[in-house]
Amino acid sequence: MKVLVYIESDGGVIKKSSLEALTVAASLGEVVGVVLDEVTNAADAGKYGASKVLTVSGLNGGSSEDVGNALAELSSIESADVIVMAHSSVSEGASGRLGVKLNASVATNVIGLPDTSSGFKVKRGVYTGKAFLMVDLPKAKKVLTIKKNSVELSGTGNEAPVEAVSLEVTSDIRIAVKEVMKQKGDVLLPEADLVVSAGRGLKGPENWGMIEELAKTLGAATACSKPVSDADWRPHHEHVGQTGIKVSPNLYIAVGISGAIQHLAGVSSSKVIVVINTDAEAPFFKAADYGILGDAFDVIPKLNDALKNAL
Amino acid sequence: MKILVCITHVPDTTSKIAFVEGNKKFDANGVQFIIGPYDDYALARAVELKEQHGGSITVLNVGGIDTEVTIRKGLAIGADEAVRINAEPDDSMFVASEIANYAKDKDFDLILMGRESIDNNGGVVHAMVGVLLDIPSVSPAMRLDIDGSTANMDKEIDGGKEVVEASLPLVVGCQEPIAEWKIPNMRGIMSARTKTLTVLEPSGADKGTSIENYELPAEKSACKMVDASNVEELVDLLKNEAKIL
Repeated sequence: MKVLVYIESDGGVIKKSSLEALTVAASLGEVVGVVLDEVTNAADAGKYGASKVLTVSGLNGGSSEDVGNALAELSSIESADVIVMAHSSVSEGASGRLGVKLNASVATNVIGLPDTSSGFKVKRGVYTGKAFLMVDLPKAKKVLTIKKNSVELSGTGNEAPVEAVSLEVTSDIRIAVKEVMKQKGDVLLPEADLVVSAGRGLKGPENWGMIEELAKTLGAATACSKPVSDADWRPHHEHVGQTGIKVSPNLYIAVGISGAIQHLAGVSSSKVIVVINTDAEAPFFKAADYGILGDAFDVIPKLNDALKNAL
Repeated sequence: MKILVCITHVPDTTSKIAFVEGNKKFDANGVQFIIGPYDDYALARAVELKEQHGGSITVLNVGGIDTEVTIRKGLAIGADEAVRINAEPDDSMFVASEIANYAKDKDFDLILMGRESIDNNGGVVHAMVGVLLDIPSVSPAMRLDIDGSTANMDKEIDGGKEVVEASLPLVVGCQEPIAEWKIPNMRGIMSARTKTLTVLEPSGADKGTSIENYELPAEKSACKMVDASNVEELVDLLKNEAKIL
């Protein structure tokens, strides 16, 4: 099987979630990596299974339309059977596009490696983190997006040769991006391995300083509950839950969040959950691995100091 | 302005999820069904746009007869007429093809839907419908304003947002805070009973996936409590037991 992997980057470096996509692809067959923006370590894709990396300049990352069109083009040039991408805001739209253009089976939110012992079966996250679904992908071509943190990385291979290719991708004139507003310098929430999240228990936006401090000590992203983003204490892109961002970090620390079922839906695939709350009856403790019954204003500064000493 | 709003019929967000028939089918027993929360935002925005610009709203669902209660709720919220395509919505490509097949000769200016369903979580139907109808698609949109034949939107991206402009006709996958959810009033509920709900048979579009079986996540073990005066113990557990620091 020949597999095309769309490699996304952040700050010029391949995203960890794209290394996971490469790992999934390498379990299927020969892997060709595709880079559509400026990446300084493109050759590193080889360590995770790519036999070569194609770089296409001029797209500058691109919208999901441009990415979908470019990948459709490259998949026919390379005669690829499968396209694998990390699940992201770009790949979601691109995968639907590719599904129609290539008449492919599409599976988003795929967890772990496909089972090709009979057919081509993948496990997907469904019911917003509350269940999994095994689906078979019967079409000759397949498009997968991989849920973050669902495969182990090894990275033991060699660097891959990098080839520049030129591609005629005509952008759709009916749609234009006028402005991009992106947070700078911080850890991106959907990509984060560690997340510090806080809720109404913090009483007001002026008290987020200690949450940001703790996140800084850990190298974590900050997040919040829905009532907090609804009240404009924090930006919407930090809202984790059923109708917000779904995260799957190694560690999710929830401070002053009761753990309504809609919030749990966004965090249930976290590896380890720590809950800090003054209410012993908070439902979040039932979903947690570790808990502290206590006041955030007392516990968080102490935890921050303890982490500084230990890390 | 002619607006099509595609809605899903999904278990209430507080439902207990279970499966029957050898884990091949969702257990609907005792479950309350709702309009998908993201679709509900799409419908609410459609109602607001109709108030501003005039026009009509058609609400569409791909589903069996049991979804008609949910479709009537869409009519009560403010859609003028409804269409149910009589088929199980068990594959994104199938659903997108049925929507596109229905919409292709109806001259809708806007096709709105949620960014994803909360049962299948595919998140691809809007993009597929756009390609099938050869019109642009944008998702997830947090803001949607219409000026003449141009749509102006805020689209959420990882860690921020983009301001996007597109010409109509257009497909938009919606999410909060694009509009406030609307609760149907008594007049809406009464008039919903007499609005037209047309049932169409599916065109028999191709499916891209076939369901093998569902599984539930493993039960969490009990939460280990750490004393608030001993946060060093938590750090130690995260480092040496959970091995994540």
